[in-house]
Amino acid sequence: MDTRILDRFRAIVGGDGLLTEPEQLRTYECDGLTNFRVLPSAVVLPTSTEQVQAVVRVCHEARIPFVARGSGTGLSGGALPIEHGIVISLTRMNRILEVDISNARVVVEPGVLNLSVTQAVWPHYFYAPDPSSQQVCSIGGNVAENSGGAHCLKYGFTTTHVLGLEVVLPDGSLVHLGGPTLDRPGYDLCGVFVGSEGTLGIATKVILRVVRRPALIQTLLAAFHSTNEAGAAVSGIIAAGVLPAAIEMMDNLAIRAAEAAVHPNYPDCGGLLLVELDGPAAEVAALMVQVRAICTSCGAWEIRLAQSEEERAAVWKGRKAAFAAMGRISPNYIVQDGVIPRTALPEVMSEIERLSGQAGLRVANVFHAGDGNLHPLVLYDARIEGQEGRAERLAFSILELCVKAGGSITGEHGVGEEKKAFMPVMFAEPDLDTMQRVRCAFDPERLSNPTKVFPRPRLCAEKTGPYQPHPLETAGIAQLF
Amino acid sequence: MASVVEPGSVDEVATLLRDASRDGLAVIPRGGGTKLDWGRPPRRADLVLSTVRLDRVLEHAWGDMTATVEAGCTVARLQHPLAEHGQRLACDPLWPERATIGGILAANDNGPLRARFGALRDLIIGVTLVLADGTVAKSGGKVVKNVAGYDLPKLATGSFGTLAVITQAVFRLHPLPHETRTLTFTAPRLEPLCELALAIQHSQLAFVSLQVRAGRSAEPGLDVGFEGTRAGLDSQQDELLRLAADVARVDPPAAVWRTREELWQGTDPAVVGTFSALPTDVRAFCTELRDACTAPSLDWRAVVQGLGVGHFRLEGATSDTLVTALQRLRAAVERRGGTLVVLRGSEDVKARFDVWGSPGDALPLFQRVKQQLDPGGTLSPGRFVGGL
Repeated sequence: MDTRILDRFRAIVGGDGLLTEPEQLRTYECDGLTNFRVLPSAVVLPTSTEQVQAVVRVCHEARIPFVARGSGTGLSGGALPIEHGIVISLTRMNRILEVDISNARVVVEPGVLNLSVTQAVWPHYFYAPDPSSQQVCSIGGNVAENSGGAHCLKYGFTTTHVLGLEVVLPDGSLVHLGGPTLDRPGYDLCGVFVGSEGTLGIATKVILRVVRRPALIQTLLAAFHSTNEAGAAVSGIIAAGVLPAAIEMMDNLAIRAAEAAVHPNYPDCGGLLLVELDGPAAEVAALMVQVRAICTSCGAWEIRLAQSEEERAAVWKGRKAAFAAMGRISPNYIVQDGVIPRTALPEVMSEIERLSGQAGLRVANVFHAGDGNLHPLVLYDARIEGQEGRAERLAFSILELCVKAGGSITGEHGVGEEKKAFMPVMFAEPDLDTMQRVRCAFDPERLSNPTKVFPRPRLCAEKTGPYQPHPLETAGIAQLF
Repeated sequence: MASVVEPGSVDEVATLLRDASRDGLAVIPRGGGTKLDWGRPPRRADLVLSTVRLDRVLEHAWGDMTATVEAGCTVARLQHPLAEHGQRLACDPLWPERATIGGILAANDNGPLRARFGALRDLIIGVTLVLADGTVAKSGGKVVKNVAGYDLPKLATGSFGTLAVITQAVFRLHPLPHETRTLTFTAPRLEPLCELALAIQHSQLAFVSLQVRAGRSAEPGLDVGFEGTRAGLDSQQDELLRLAADVARVDPPAAVWRTREELWQGTDPAVVGTFSALPTDVRAFCTELRDACTAPSLDWRAVVQGLGVGHFRLEGATSDTLVTALQRLRAAVERRGGTLVVLRGSEDVKARFDVWGSPGDALPLFQRVKQQLDPGGTLSPGRFVGGL
């Protein structure tokens, strides 16, 4: 990268805020999806909104693409650097700016960790979106990805809890989207920005809504012979009109991996269900009776109820460690993230089993079963020639399966680099083109994470729709040949 | 005088819009027509595009708790088949018998159930839009959890027909409640009721709706709605009554959760508006309302959700008095970080008072979004914020 540009960055963020040595840059060459790696030209670490603006202005002037990065835990390559571009790391902007308990609002900088928000409002409130990486992932990253987690079944996703944003647009200007109060007049661009995977600008301040902790939380653990039985119980619970705080399912392979890694003491069964109910004590008690009965009638042969904070933590530990636990039973694995309509679960499961047999690779399954969000984990050994390719193909055929069943290619991990080629499986050209028109309103020069999400970029000056004569033609001054 | 067209399919909507754009006509999308006068009068209106014939419930996937519905279907008509399977779209907009799905989305009309189930932006999971150039675009999908691509359902929600015509929407559904219960409280003064409203929101009560009613000539009230099992409701009622020891419990008024609709009834000239504030500022808003309405002929009423959004009505005065009161109110609301919008009012009031208020530093971005999706200014030109 041009040293004059680097000097300008250095002048903005100081010597210790600019990384240019290859060994330093190596840390930033990928995010949680490690099979894509690109070395950025530089990494800048701003400490304020003004610095972010100044850095982005330099990028805009010199047409340098940039990628914003939080903790780098994303699983779709959203924070993968762009060749000849820079990474803007927000980790030093990690202050909690305001805690307003009486209005259940917290204002944070993007580098604040997800769990820190809950810690700031504990014990009466909590921040509801809880991706499994919540101890290390940042709010800025959550905003970019519209992160979910186990409890979004009842409480909603990141977008439900973001009331307002301060955003540095790709030309360096500052805008405020949404705000501390609801329904502010204007387009809901806060809603558009959340989940836009870094392609619309950089959030430098986030107004979050926190939620009152319920009076009682109980987690039921039910062991079934198969995931189909467990799936029938999920449908039964939903059909009974119960809306749990979370319903999670694990298959036998996932249970064995979790057991090997963190010893949650799960029963060794074909399908394990975690059902969490929360709310006023009498309500939870009444509904738990129903849930138990449904599980039993669907074939649950062991049911345990975790009531204390410690018991619940133990139950959740195994679930939240499930991805990492795969390392205990396989040298390599691919984490996939697809969504299906809940009712398609049995057929999709048996199809995954068939595909897995065909490929000769094991697939462990962890689901947010309440909302049909599957996390198939494709296990392989990269040392065996050809296995990695087979694993990738298997992972992708599972995604196709999800779309065919009426679902989505991603429920919470994002499209990023990994799945952009899959967008046309789910969306037609006019759908993608309309999204990119919105993108053009934010980033006409295509500088903010430009190569992600969409399979091919759209030139913002492109005319769409039917042919429209140029004003010069209409005026008879020019003719089209 | 604008002509009315009633397309019967998405393709017909696309053709109509493409032709209208080509011919430079201004098109006003219309659902049930219940909120057509909200916002600024459009600069031009050549064609009214009515969704009246797009009124089918296309799919109710009750096992998956989702529904796909055409924009012209009324809210009440959608709820009927959902209820047969014990489900509902958990929202309670104004005039559900007449208001359409497309209309409540475009106007982002959320009722008190929002306290528990979220706003329309949280319930919509997919949308089909027709842009001014005839492009038919889908976004979102049929599953509740989905982060593929930009969230255009949210962009369409609350865009007042200025970006695209909504032809179809997909919603997540909720179960119908086992039982419901509403407790109503009153007091000679508003203050203890507002304090109670805050205390309830800070408590572990799982209410589904919470509203404060106030007015110049009415006794203030606080309504708290619950849903759940009999046992759950009984114990929550006990807890609420303990919190509410300083105020009097009374029977809820008739159609308690539709009292918002009464703000549209009365004699003209009148203004109906909406505002947003922090929950702790609800009381201050009502006080400001009272103080801004000192003119003897000026009557006021308000129904405010505990979350800090509400509607108000000013009635019985000249345009001058109304505009003066509105200016004073807006200044007070904005000082506390809130917003105030006039929905219904005479031409005169709307000409003299900026009904939307300032959208702040995001206006240029709003304009660029409009420019990208409707470059010719075909759709509802001038109706929305900042002349969009």
